[in-house]
Amino acid sequence: MHTFEFIRPTDSAAAIAAAGKSKTAQQGADVRFMGGGTTLIDLMKLNVETPARVLDINRLPLDKIELMPDGGLKIGATVRNSDLAYDPRVQRDYSVLSQAILNGASAQVRNMATVGGNILQRTRCMYFRDTAMPCNKREPGSGCPAITGSNRTLAILGASEHCIATNPSDMCVAMAALDAKIHIEGPKGPRAIAFGAFHLLPGSTPHRETVLEPGDLITHITLPQPLSGSKQFYLKLRDRASYEFALASAAVVLTVNAGKVTQARIALGGVGTKPWRSPEAEAALANKTANDATFRQAAEAALRGAKAQSENGFKIELAKRCLTYALRTAAAS
Amino acid sequence: MSDGDSQSSPPNPTRRKFLLTTGSSMAAGVVGAYVPALAHNTVGESDSAAASQKLTAEGAVPITLRINGKDHQLRLDPRTTLLDCIRETVVLTGTKKGCDHGQCGACTVHVNGKRVLSCLNLAVMHDGHEVTTIEGLGTPDALHPMQAAFLACDGYQCGYCTSGQIMSAVALLKEPCGPDDAAVKELMSGNICRCGAYANIVEAIQKVRKHA
Repeated sequence: MHTFEFIRPTDSAAAIAAAGKSKTAQQGADVRFMGGGTTLIDLMKLNVETPARVLDINRLPLDKIELMPDGGLKIGATVRNSDLAYDPRVQRDYSVLSQAILNGASAQVRNMATVGGNILQRTRCMYFRDTAMPCNKREPGSGCPAITGSNRTLAILGASEHCIATNPSDMCVAMAALDAKIHIEGPKGPRAIAFGAFHLLPGSTPHRETVLEPGDLITHITLPQPLSGSKQFYLKLRDRASYEFALASAAVVLTVNAGKVTQARIALGGVGTKPWRSPEAEAALANKTANDATFRQAAEAALRGAKAQSENGFKIELAKRCLTYALRTAAAS
Repeated sequence: MSDGDSQSSPPNPTRRKFLLTTGSSMAAGVVGAYVPALAHNTVGESDSAAASQKLTAEGAVPITLRINGKDHQLRLDPRTTLLDCIRETVVLTGTKKGCDHGQCGACTVHVNGKRVLSCLNLAVMHDGHEVTTIEGLGTPDALHPMQAAFLACDGYQCGYCTSGQIMSAVALLKEPCGPDDAAVKELMSGNICRCGAYANIVEAIQKVRKHA
C-alpha cells in the first residue's frame, strides 16, 4: 500500500474543499473519501487505488435514516448496510432493498459498508484488480484482456469493445428499481441525480464510472413514497449459496390489480456494466395479464440487447429465467 | 528441538515467544527502513516497545484504542489495518490474518459491539472505539459459552479460522437470525473454514442459542 495522509474532516464543507483539490473523482483520484473501507482498503492493498490523501467521513452527521414529509425515506450516506437492511420502515415499505442488501456480502461486511460506498463499489473483474494486467478502466488505453480472456462472470448488457466489467452491487439493483435519487454536495453546491443517471456506461471511457466530479460528496439517498400495495422481490443467482457475487439477479416491484400488472419497476444485477434498470421489461409487463407467458416476454425484452462473450453466454438464459422466476414469485406473494 | 537445545533456551520456549524475540531484534536492525506500525504503547506492555520508542514517523496518527477494556495510546502509520495493529502493535495474536482481503473472516473482531473484518479497516478510523478480540471473550478458566460449545462440539480442525468463527458466532447471538440451521449458515457465510468443520460449528452455535 502506498503512503497517504489521513485526514478526519470536522464537517462536510471541509471534506468537500479538501477533495475538491483532487484531479479527478474517478479512477486515479489522489483524494478519496473513506466510508466503510471495504472496497477502498482492499483496492489500496492491491495498489489499484493509490490516493495521496484519505478523508475519513465517518464522523460527519450523515448516518441517519429519516422519514420525509412527502412520505419518502432519506438515507444518510454513512448509514451501514446492515442498519439499512434491518430498518423496520425499509423492511415494510421497500422490502426489495432489504432483501438485496442481505443477499450481498457477509454480515461483517454489511456492518462496515456504507450506503454511499456501496453505490461507488468497484467491479470485481480480475483484470481490473491485477496491476500486472492491462485494463482500460484502471489504465486508459492499455486494453481489455477480459474480452479474449476469462469473462465468465462479466457483463452481457452495456459492455463496449473497451470494457465488459460487471457492476457487482446488489443494493444498487434494488435502488434502481425503487427510483432512488442520489444527493450530492460539491464545490458548486448541492444537486440530486436520478439513480439511473448516476452510473455511466463504459463506452470509450471505462475509467469514468459515475458523474462525480472532484469534491463531490454523496450526502444521502432519497426513496420516493412507497408504491402502494406493491409486491417486491429480489432474486440472486450465484455460484455458491452465500457470500458470492451475482451471476444474475433481479429486483422486482409490481402492482397487480384484477390479475393485470398495473405498475412494474424492474432492474437486473450481475449482468450489466451498471445497475441495470429495464424499461423494456416494464413496457412488456404494463397492463398485461400477470402470468408466466407475460413474465417470460418481459424477460425476453430485458435481455434483447444482450451480447455474449466467449465464456458468459449462459448468463443470457440465466438472467431471463431469473427475472421470470422473480416476477412469478412477486406476483404470487 | 532436541533436549540439548532446550537446556540453553529460556524456560517454556514457545513458537510464539521465539518469533516475537527474533521479530523485534530484526525490526531494531532495520530501523529507518519499512516499519509497518510505529507504536508508543504507554499502557500495555509490548515486547517491541524498546525498539519502537526510538522511532518517529512523519504522518503518524495518534489514537486511543480501547481493546478488551484496556486503553492503548498508539501512534500509527495510517496504513496500519486494525488487524495489523491488534496483532503486531498490541501483540494480541488470537485474531488471525487469513486472506487479508475481506474474503475469509479469520480476522473478525467486534468494534463497538458489532462484528467487522479487521483487515479492511484502518486502525486510525477507530480512535476512541471499543474493540473486542477473542482474548476479551473468556479465559482458559472461564470460557465464554460459545468457546465452551466449540470445544464440546469439536467446531474446528486446524483452528486457524476458529477465533474469527467464534467472534462471528457471538455477534450473531444479538442479530436478527431465524431459528433454523439454514439461517445460522447464512449469517456465518462470511467465515470460511478450509478444514470443513461447518456442521460442528453450526451445532455449537445452535447449542448456545438453545441455552441462552
